[in-house]
Amino acid sequence: MTTTTVSDEAAPRERAARPRRKRGRDSGDGRIGQGGWRLTPWLFLLVPVGMLVLFTYYPLANMVWYSFTSWDGLDPVKEPVGLQNYIEVFTRPEMFQVLLVSLYYLVGAIVQLILALYLATVLSFNTRFRNFFKGVIFFPYLINGVAIGLVFLYFFRPGGTLDAITAMFGLTEPPLWLGDPDIVNISLAATSVWRYMGLNFVLFLGAIQSIPAELYEAADLDGASSWDKFRFIIAPGISRITGLTAILAISGALSVFEMPFVMTGGANGSATFVIQTIETAFTYRKVGLASAMAVVLLVIVLLVSWIQRRLIPDDGGELV
Amino acid sequence: MSTNTVSVTHENVAILSTPINRGDQPHGVLGKLSRALSPMKGPLATTLKYASLVAACLAAVLPLVTIFMASFKTTQEYRETGPLDGPENWFNFDNFVTAFMQGGMVRGFMNTGIILVCALTGTIIIGTMTAYAIDRFEFRGRKLVVGAFLLATLVPGVTTQVATFQVVSGLGLFNTLWAGIVLFMGTDIISIYIFLQFIRAIPRSLDEAAMLDGANRLTIYARVIFPLLRPAIATVIIIKGIAIYNEFYLPYLYMPKRSLGVISTSLFRFEGPFGAQWEVICAGTVLVIVPTLVAFLFLQRHIYNGLVSGATK
Repeated sequence: MTTTTVSDEAAPRERAARPRRKRGRDSGDGRIGQGGWRLTPWLFLLVPVGMLVLFTYYPLANMVWYSFTSWDGLDPVKEPVGLQNYIEVFTRPEMFQVLLVSLYYLVGAIVQLILALYLATVLSFNTRFRNFFKGVIFFPYLINGVAIGLVFLYFFRPGGTLDAITAMFGLTEPPLWLGDPDIVNISLAATSVWRYMGLNFVLFLGAIQSIPAELYEAADLDGASSWDKFRFIIAPGISRITGLTAILAISGALSVFEMPFVMTGGANGSATFVIQTIETAFTYRKVGLASAMAVVLLVIVLLVSWIQRRLIPDDGGELV
Repeated sequence: MSTNTVSVTHENVAILSTPINRGDQPHGVLGKLSRALSPMKGPLATTLKYASLVAACLAAVLPLVTIFMASFKTTQEYRETGPLDGPENWFNFDNFVTAFMQGGMVRGFMNTGIILVCALTGTIIIGTMTAYAIDRFEFRGRKLVVGAFLLATLVPGVTTQVATFQVVSGLGLFNTLWAGIVLFMGTDIISIYIFLQFIRAIPRSLDEAAMLDGANRLTIYARVIFPLLRPAIATVIIIKGIAIYNEFYLPYLYMPKRSLGVISTSLFRFEGPFGAQWEVICAGTVLVIVPTLVAFLFLQRHIYNGLVSGATK
């Protein structure tokens, strides 16, 4: 209410001042200012930017602040403790455990990339039932995460699908796929591969198919083998998307959450960094410490994205 | 992407085209291998190719098939047969009834439906307005706004919940459906991005023509831009709809009340009470997967395109 009246007063003055100030960067649509006054774009942006601030930036700022306090999430007083939370994050022995766990997912992500690349390449050559194969391989990516968790709880449970399959090959005493701390992370990382490989695969396939067909034809005329085509046409054609996914895999491996949370709740040494953060905040009510953990993860993710932007130039399709 | 990669490939083709039949100058191990196999390559390569595709499909489908089979078994049958055996009666829907009635899946589907409709409507309005303001206006602070939206895509949502939680409970939204609706609406940047890409393709002359006819900005947005954004809206509905349908953590954290269960949280709660009844859990899981499968079969092309435009941002 108040803003409108204020702006109504301000509008004529602004309009008068405008030609002088704006002449320099006036582009073609400068004349459109007819009925639109300076605040019009902000009227459109009021709600979106308001929500962005309220649900992303305000919590973010708060989180940084909490990370320097020993707040428990309820106490009206937030006691400042300096860097103590950060020191604790980097000295707790559990910290190394969760970093170790994310290594499993990182390896999983690499396996996933290779599989996706292989399948996409194979499928991009003349193949029967291409759409069928594409659909089946991609579909897991669309399934609800909790449903996937339950599917694989059933798959890995003693006497479950995997045990039945290994029994067919003569393995009579299968390990506890989710109960053995040495194996649980492999099982969970494999589940992640099952879930996300389809997306990588479709992205690769799209990139391969956007390579002009003449290149393959030229290569065929030259008698190139499939391997030559992969090495000299496909690999360079998809280098950008490969780099992008490979780098995203790093922050992805650190922020794994849903699969282990649904399937094991983080038991048996399968807790990931995010699970630990969430537990610290909502189970142990150490909001200060949890905030410090979240800030650390955020910094790592931003760092990885920054490196990605430096290494892989944008295709010019950016927002600005 | 296309321009620079294509130029690279052209170079490579040039490299490749001259000495191509030098025969045994292998490129790495795989090249050597492929050359060694070349006499019998045709049929063998084809067999290998289809074998690996079939293996991948089996790996994708087998875990789902066993769940599907188990969901039709009776309790006793489940105990006595292995996971790879089919059910005796493929029309035994008892487990589905139990899952639906006792597992609260009806409520889950209803709540998810309400959140879907409200959040999608909100996302579309907010997203199109943002895209319109950013693309069609020159104003001070524009770069800042764009940057703020871009930077927000990088913030991993799960972790900031530590602090978002305080905001949501401060607004009195905790344990209401609004928590889900508002968070799905307020933190969505991918759709803004998709709208921006589309709006750029709408010629500005249309805006100008409307303006000459005396339309104001709001009319232009509502009557010219919004209708032309229809394909983008369809894309957003599809990918955002799938994301909301699949979201687990936000409802789990902000709507713990049982009566507010969405399908993810309702299904998650199966683990407790039905812990010993895997056939019921399987039925619940199938109930959740089937709508996704149906949507996929009908909207395949849109889903592929939408995800590709969303994922490579």
